[in-house]
Amino acid sequence: MTELVQTLVRGLGSGCIYALLAVGFVIIYKSMRIISFAQPSLMLAGAVLVSYLATTVGFYAAVALAALGIAVLALGIERSTIRPLVGRPIFVIAIVTIGIDIVVRVIVNGFIGLDVRQVGDPWGLKTVSIGSVLIQQRHLAMIATTLVLVAVLFAFFRYTRLGLAMRAASFDQEAALAQGVSVGLVFATSWAMAGALAAVAGAFVGTGAGIDQLTWIIAFKALAAIILGGLDSLGGAVIGGLTVGVVESLVATYQQDWAPWLGQNFAVVSPYVLMMLVLLIRPYGLFGTPEVERV
Amino acid sequence: MTSLAEQTRTGAPPEPGGRRRSRAARGRPRLYLSYGQDMALLNTRPKRTAVIGLVILAALLPFSMPDDLLHLLALGFVATIGAIGLNLVTGYAGQISLGHAFFLGVGAYTAAVISGDPDGRTIGFGITFLPLWLLAAGLVAGLTGLVVAPLAVRLRGLYLAIVTLGLVFIGLHIFREWDSVTGGPGLGRPGAIPEMFGINFAVDGPAMTRDQKLYLLTLVLLLIFALPAANLARSKVGRAFAAVRDRDMAASIIGVSLTRYKLLAFAISSFYAGCAGALLTMVIGFFDPTSWNLQLSIEYLAMVLIGGAGTISGSIMGALFITLLPRLTRELPALMPFISDSVTDMPNVFQVETMLYGLLIIGFLIFEPRGLYGIWVRCRNYWRSWPFSY
Repeated sequence: MTELVQTLVRGLGSGCIYALLAVGFVIIYKSMRIISFAQPSLMLAGAVLVSYLATTVGFYAAVALAALGIAVLALGIERSTIRPLVGRPIFVIAIVTIGIDIVVRVIVNGFIGLDVRQVGDPWGLKTVSIGSVLIQQRHLAMIATTLVLVAVLFAFFRYTRLGLAMRAASFDQEAALAQGVSVGLVFATSWAMAGALAAVAGAFVGTGAGIDQLTWIIAFKALAAIILGGLDSLGGAVIGGLTVGVVESLVATYQQDWAPWLGQNFAVVSPYVLMMLVLLIRPYGLFGTPEVERV
Repeated sequence: MTSLAEQTRTGAPPEPGGRRRSRAARGRPRLYLSYGQDMALLNTRPKRTAVIGLVILAALLPFSMPDDLLHLLALGFVATIGAIGLNLVTGYAGQISLGHAFFLGVGAYTAAVISGDPDGRTIGFGITFLPLWLLAAGLVAGLTGLVVAPLAVRLRGLYLAIVTLGLVFIGLHIFREWDSVTGGPGLGRPGAIPEMFGINFAVDGPAMTRDQKLYLLTLVLLLIFALPAANLARSKVGRAFAAVRDRDMAASIIGVSLTRYKLLAFAISSFYAGCAGALLTMVIGFFDPTSWNLQLSIEYLAMVLIGGAGTISGSIMGALFITLLPRLTRELPALMPFISDSVTDMPNVFQVETMLYGLLIIGFLIFEPRGLYGIWVRCRNYWRSWPFSY
């Protein structure tokens, strides 16, 4: 029982990282109908920025500054490379974001170096015990931060003018334009928000073990999360992210005993297996809207 | 001669010159006298001459080039086969696949198992006859493609891209763990052994070196693989692919079965990928299970996009360009002293090389979506009307 609870909390913790990244993916998807494959590099850039800033201004301020910095970077990317491509096939834009990912990642990797970099978080691998259950402090921090951020985001989309504009633009871009919504502003905001979320996620990825040049692979699990939840559902992204985290952590704990033939580290690919299974049953994810096509 | 019966059935007199599609009107290369002539593989005389000239030139190359360049070109030819495969599914049929590396890997391991040393550390059957393992590699990869394709048939656009991306990670896990076949990460296994008619292509012979033999072999194989692809592209199937790509809804309404052609595109593409993977390990000689990763998929995507999506000649240009790119960037430190050739320094050639992939993908998609092929078309059109501007 203790083991199960610990596994679940660990899963929720890492699930929060996926949820933050997934929400970023979904925000961009909702505004532009593309998936930004540049998110992994932005996440890594955020983590690296935190690791450099944390030594001078402390971890918390570093996370805030990194979120701001990566938001500006994402804004720049959107304005310089993505905006000129608006109207071209989504395929083209998606591939361009892969190109951006490569370029950003090369630069960021230069700053990581060949070793593992610590992000300077105050938690490390320290634990607190609740009853007989040992829980890592960083997982609690992740869950709390994600709860706050997601609540703020939902409030933003629900109660602010810009949030309403973004929802309108995502619902029907032309109608929104006709009503005076600045779609350009919507694009820019969505990229900035996704960048900031990726940076926060990156900082949390770095807690505990630190980051190295292969850390970016983690961000792709968020893709499995948004497929689970459906590409255009914010709530789905959060639930998908948490599900992916929990499943991964359950597999990591129990697979060696129950299904050793799947090989070591099967947990790493379990999100993708889960994603394929879900897609076989529901091609548009659990909460996505099926596309209705008119000719 | 067309028989009288056929003539009455079609209700039209036989077209003059309809059979001899190769005969174009003198001095008017763009005047087509028949449909067959328009659709011919090499529909103009300059094209025909140029292709024959290029093939002869390529065949003569091994006797005047250093071995390391030949090795690189052989790799380029093999990559071309893989790129043609990806182009069929992505460029022609419009289905974004990021999973090409997985199919390359499946083919590579099939071939390695069939031709491998029976007494070695990894499983092998010792059948080194080249056509056999090549065909098997293609077929196994093609069948794997068919198994995955039902997902692809149900999904569209970006959903498909993400699923194929997941495929690469799952494949990588299988390759890593199944070490009786793959040798395990860090250890790897030897590639397929090419033997045909008593000649082993992978060792130095009395008449030619290993690289010269492999170069000629891959050149011949490239021609063997490129020709059916080019023919497929201009046939009914190719037109159906294009219809699915351009508007799948409209395609299904005019009677193009989406399921059938998406399955077909995936199967053929995976077949080509499997063959390319097998040949790749044959040229390299030794390979690690971790090499079939996302990076490789993106490299092939770069080949297709930089070369020109939806053209076979574009795939050839793109694949050769991407394969030769590292070689070109290695020369950079001599020209630009601020770029270092050591891994530990900050702007080093490896970073420049990786970054160039990214920048080239972005640049081509923004400025020349038709890729190198598009640049070639523009050059050709400029000189066609020279000295007039149009």
